[in-house]
Amino acid sequence: MKVGSPRFKEKTLVALADPNLRQALGQSRKGFVNGRAALVAGVPEFEAMRDQARDVKNHVLANLDHYLERFEASVTAAGGHVHWAADAEDARRIVLDICQRVDAKVVTKGKSMVSEEIGLNEALEEQGYTVVETDLGEYIIQLAHEPPSHIIAPAIHKTKAQVAELFEAAHGGPRKTTVGELVTEARLVLREKYFQADVGITGGNYLVAETGSSIIVTNEGNGDLTQTLARVHIVTSGIERIVPTLDDVALFLRILARSATGQETETYTTLSTGPRRPGDVDGPEEYHVVLVDNGRSKMLGGKFQDMLRCIRCGACMNHCPVYGAVGGHAYGWVYPGPMGAVLTPLFVGLDATRDLPNACTLNGRCQSVCPVRIPLPELLRELRHRQHEQGLRPPGQTRAIGAWRFVAERPRLYQFANRMAARVLKKMGGSAGRIANLPGGAAWSGLRDLPAPQGQTFLELWQARRK
Amino acid sequence: MSPRVGLFATCLMNLFRPNVGFAAVKLLEDAGCSVEVPLAQTCCGQPGYNAGDFDAARALAKQVIAAFEGFDYVVGPSGSCMATIRHDYPKLFADDADWRPRAEALAARSFELLSFLADVRGVRAVAADYAGTVTYHDSCSGLRELGVKAQPRLLLGSVGGLKLAEMSDTEVCCGFGGSFCVSYPEISGRMADDKLACVAATGADTLLGGDLGCLLHLAGRLKRCGSPVKVFHTAEVLAGMADGAGIGDQQEVQK
Repeated sequence: MKVGSPRFKEKTLVALADPNLRQALGQSRKGFVNGRAALVAGVPEFEAMRDQARDVKNHVLANLDHYLERFEASVTAAGGHVHWAADAEDARRIVLDICQRVDAKVVTKGKSMVSEEIGLNEALEEQGYTVVETDLGEYIIQLAHEPPSHIIAPAIHKTKAQVAELFEAAHGGPRKTTVGELVTEARLVLREKYFQADVGITGGNYLVAETGSSIIVTNEGNGDLTQTLARVHIVTSGIERIVPTLDDVALFLRILARSATGQETETYTTLSTGPRRPGDVDGPEEYHVVLVDNGRSKMLGGKFQDMLRCIRCGACMNHCPVYGAVGGHAYGWVYPGPMGAVLTPLFVGLDATRDLPNACTLNGRCQSVCPVRIPLPELLRELRHRQHEQGLRPPGQTRAIGAWRFVAERPRLYQFANRMAARVLKKMGGSAGRIANLPGGAAWSGLRDLPAPQGQTFLELWQARRK
Repeated sequence: MSPRVGLFATCLMNLFRPNVGFAAVKLLEDAGCSVEVPLAQTCCGQPGYNAGDFDAARALAKQVIAAFEGFDYVVGPSGSCMATIRHDYPKLFADDADWRPRAEALAARSFELLSFLADVRGVRAVAADYAGTVTYHDSCSGLRELGVKAQPRLLLGSVGGLKLAEMSDTEVCCGFGGSFCVSYPEISGRMADDKLACVAATGADTLLGGDLGCLLHLAGRLKRCGSPVKVFHTAEVLAGMADGAGIGDQQEVQK
């Protein structure tokens, strides 16, 4: 996928001016946030579960080689195949090779953010395959030729009216008006595709080392149909999505749905363990897992290892006020919001993503809801530190910080400068008590007045009072 | 014996709103503390820290650590600055055998004003009146890093004549975020408007908060939009010193 992050600022201005986006985002996010809060309040052990989930993930990451090998052995024993993809190109080639070998025509897809990350749809379409996204949100944005704007609700930026328009153009009229009608129409259209599909591609929420199972959770059942009705099932997943045992999965299932959509559990939780066995009534003839590294192993053992705990629930973006203001497309790549602002620079490079770590107030709400306690603000600050070391910070800000440091390291100069500023700004505020047009400070006073100081600094008043 | 408290005079308080500093002094003295203000203090270093310039942050942190050694407590009327001292100083000097113990010692003695009053000094009520309906914005650093949530509400509850009308989304960031507010002014403005819509919905005539960054930003946006809502730092109300002009309001002519 092309990286649009260099145009972050431009994209945010477009987003802020879009009333449809504001309406669509506002409603859905409120539902997620309130739903989570209500459910978490009803689970007294929720905080302990977050600790446990963090610890399990840390244990896996500390022993990732062991668990990956164990997973591969388990998949092989169940009759499936594991493929190792070092990068996106590798991963695309592996999937294309399988599709070619089995003479596929139609490929159905359950939701997989990794498939977005490796640009799989474009690669398949270039080779002439018919690719059908079966997750309702993914299907909507496929029709709109847009990337997802949220990791669990890819079409969260669309209003009902916009979806109705897309469906009318794709399926023919008359235009539907209710959500129920739209969903039914999508179901009818997609139903046929499942039966035509030669290959079904899904993601993997969890890869279980103990059993070699891949697990998906969905609310629509589309993933089940994708992976059981096609001749070949391919799972594309990151190497960090391993959990040791099915018992561990139970823990993660309890925190995932609550954190993600504000549900106690998602409607469908589906385990796939190898291909169809003799005597099975259904299931694919072949089962493949493509384990994608694509930059993940470089994060191991460093300051960003914590990010590999991420279970892709989306709680951070649901609770992020910046995401809420500008939506996911502004971030310019696959992963938006706080987790995306950390991952995107690590995956595509610091240079093309300069805004992402900075477009954050470090308010910490993301961290306070993260089910695996990823210290997102700290990681964003660490990225700013890397920018600083590599000279990738905005030059004006670097100069300002340098000047500020020079003055602040000299208390007498600092206090003198403050006394001057207090007087000048007080005078500029005049009788209004505020400055409407700050010379050279349009970034502040374009939208806000500057409240004028009281006229003397605290320290000078304090000294005067002590005399 | 009364504990010796060093007042951390935050940059924004020192420059924009000395009244908040004197309100803090009064509240601390009423709580039985003897208050001193080291003149060698400047900034806690957070702007450098959040801009990824950890060296600049360390240089200023050392200055703060040295200026405040010897006090029983260090207290400041800001969740943001005090969270930097409490949580970030020890991290900044994690690999420095000389400075780490000094940073940790300071961190352990440093508190945001209202949490210090309520949690350390056991203050349950203040002697102040305020005739008005206020709403309180939970500034993020104080709330999430220092657990400042119940203390301001407890103390505001003791102010005579004051009615607290809670806003929805009170824990959502107002969009200040230090340099964020000038680096991304349009996003910051949208976040301010979302916050101020919540303020307006309460019908409160006064907006309170514990961090001047948020308050200058919100007051500036309120006044730009012509709102009559007054803005004060919580300490000003608790100290009975909110009788003058609110932040960004017309100031009386000084005699």
